[in-house]
Amino acid sequence: MILKGKVHKFGEDVNTDYIISGRYKFKSLNMKELSTHIFEDIRPGFFKEISQGDFIVAGENFGCGSSREQAPLVIKESGISAVLSKSFARIFFRNCINVGLLAIECSTEKIELSDVLEINLEEGIIKNLTRKKILKFKKLPGIMIQILKAGGLAPYLKKKKKFDV
Amino acid sequence: MNQTIAEKILSRHSGKKVLAGDICIADVDLIMAQDGTAPLAIRAFEKMGKKKVAYPEKSIFVIDHNSPSPSIGVSQLHALMRNFVKKQKMNFSESGSGICHIVLPERGYIKPGNLIIGADSHTPTYGALNAFAIGIGSTDIAAGLYTGKLWFKVPETIKISLRGKLPKGVFAKDIALFLIKNLRADGANYQVIELKGKGVESLSMDARFTLCNMLVETGAKSAILEVDKKTEKWLKEYKVNGLNPVSPDKNASYCQVLEFNLSNLEPQIAKPHRVDNVVSLKKLAGKRIDEAFLGTCTNGRLEDLRIAASILKGKKVHRNVRLIIVPGSREIFLNAVKENLIKIFIEAEAAVLPPGCGPCVGTGQGVPADKEIVISTANRNFKGRMGNPDAFIYLASPATVAASSIKGKITDPREFI
Repeated sequence: MILKGKVHKFGEDVNTDYIISGRYKFKSLNMKELSTHIFEDIRPGFFKEISQGDFIVAGENFGCGSSREQAPLVIKESGISAVLSKSFARIFFRNCINVGLLAIECSTEKIELSDVLEINLEEGIIKNLTRKKILKFKKLPGIMIQILKAGGLAPYLKKKKKFDV
Repeated sequence: MNQTIAEKILSRHSGKKVLAGDICIADVDLIMAQDGTAPLAIRAFEKMGKKKVAYPEKSIFVIDHNSPSPSIGVSQLHALMRNFVKKQKMNFSESGSGICHIVLPERGYIKPGNLIIGADSHTPTYGALNAFAIGIGSTDIAAGLYTGKLWFKVPETIKISLRGKLPKGVFAKDIALFLIKNLRADGANYQVIELKGKGVESLSMDARFTLCNMLVETGAKSAILEVDKKTEKWLKEYKVNGLNPVSPDKNASYCQVLEFNLSNLEPQIAKPHRVDNVVSLKKLAGKRIDEAFLGTCTNGRLEDLRIAASILKGKKVHRNVRLIIVPGSREIFLNAVKENLIKIFIEAEAAVLPPGCGPCVGTGQGVPADKEIVISTANRNFKGRMGNPDAFIYLASPATVAASSIKGKITDPREFI
């Protein structure tokens, strides 16, 4: 699986309230509608800056705070194809994989706003096409790759009927 | 192979001996989701293509985040939950009953040694009863409903010993804020915190719930205590029998061992917009406040209300401040009525709301205006958390919140105790 897209940068400790505020998330299961409010409290208008396939690149502890699965769902729905971060909060990371959103833990200091990246999931390699640099990332545990490949945990269980480690 | 509490509980539930770093599939004892997460879990469950929940008696939905519903959209999702629960013959806690993390222990759902999954990040609250309780998302809940199991990565454990005894006017909330300041917002990411020592033993059960609840803000997968006489007494009172408590092995392996002395701790406060932005209260004393909020899964318990009432008795909330008080459950509300605490609150001119999460998540009542300052007993002070990104939230103990609401400014509760 190879993904190509442009970078949007975020800082450290971006919490799930910032990704999608509680003001909106309790009212609807319509992720398309919710995704228009993505990052509204810290970066109003961000939704309009996203092109299909773009990446979010952030510092430590991305997705900390509440367990809301609406957070990875609105990111996915907004057109973002992967989140790259130095580290992830654990519930958010699990939720990403469960809804089929690629989350990659890697060093992100040298990636800048608007850089164009190409990610090869199988090889664990990120090519920074703008800066002509190559980054490697740690492979996921086997069960997470299987869930991701199935398109998320719901299609995984629909097909397999049980967990298979 | 010596094991921590988490390693032992996961071993017991997966049928094989596991250590930190292993991946296992384990049977879960309880599956919980609330009204912010259950609707998505229902959708995910439907997508998995199964008709029946595997263990309805071990599954519960709770309406607490919007309690009662403030809008048509929320009401529709509540109706979706009620229909699912009825059809699946699951357990249910209706709006007005209280907050999941307070209601479940009260109803005897939580037992020592249990493995519990909850679609709410503060699920580790149950660690106060020696349960290994983990916050997860909606699709994982759906998988739990479907199979009765979930896959886990066995976490490393940090051991924190608390020595000494809290001085007067300093509470479990202050310990939690102090530990979060030391560990930072991701200091325990993916790890479990085992708390022990005389400092823990000296705490009441309500205080222990507060501590386990709030330590989630270090990124911890869970926090857990051993069972002692106080735990046993509490469980007996709530008719939980057949205890199977879990203690760590003497030579269990810890990724970090920390020790703190409680004897000299001072009231703490978290400044906007980060929970780990913690300072000693004295550095902020005198700062104006507009709203004060007492409640939540962190500090909406009877002991919290008693402490606040002892400060508010015979006094009035400052004319420039709104004090909002939300008992954590119907049982707590009823006891607070019987003990005349509610009378004290009403006479002090506080607004008392029905049991639930209240203004904590910014979904309904108690939304602050632009530039307003809130002092709150909740667990998060993120920008926009209470519904307005242009307001400022400070986190503190119930005593600090009550004292500050009288003075109209951030106040050391020791002035009143």
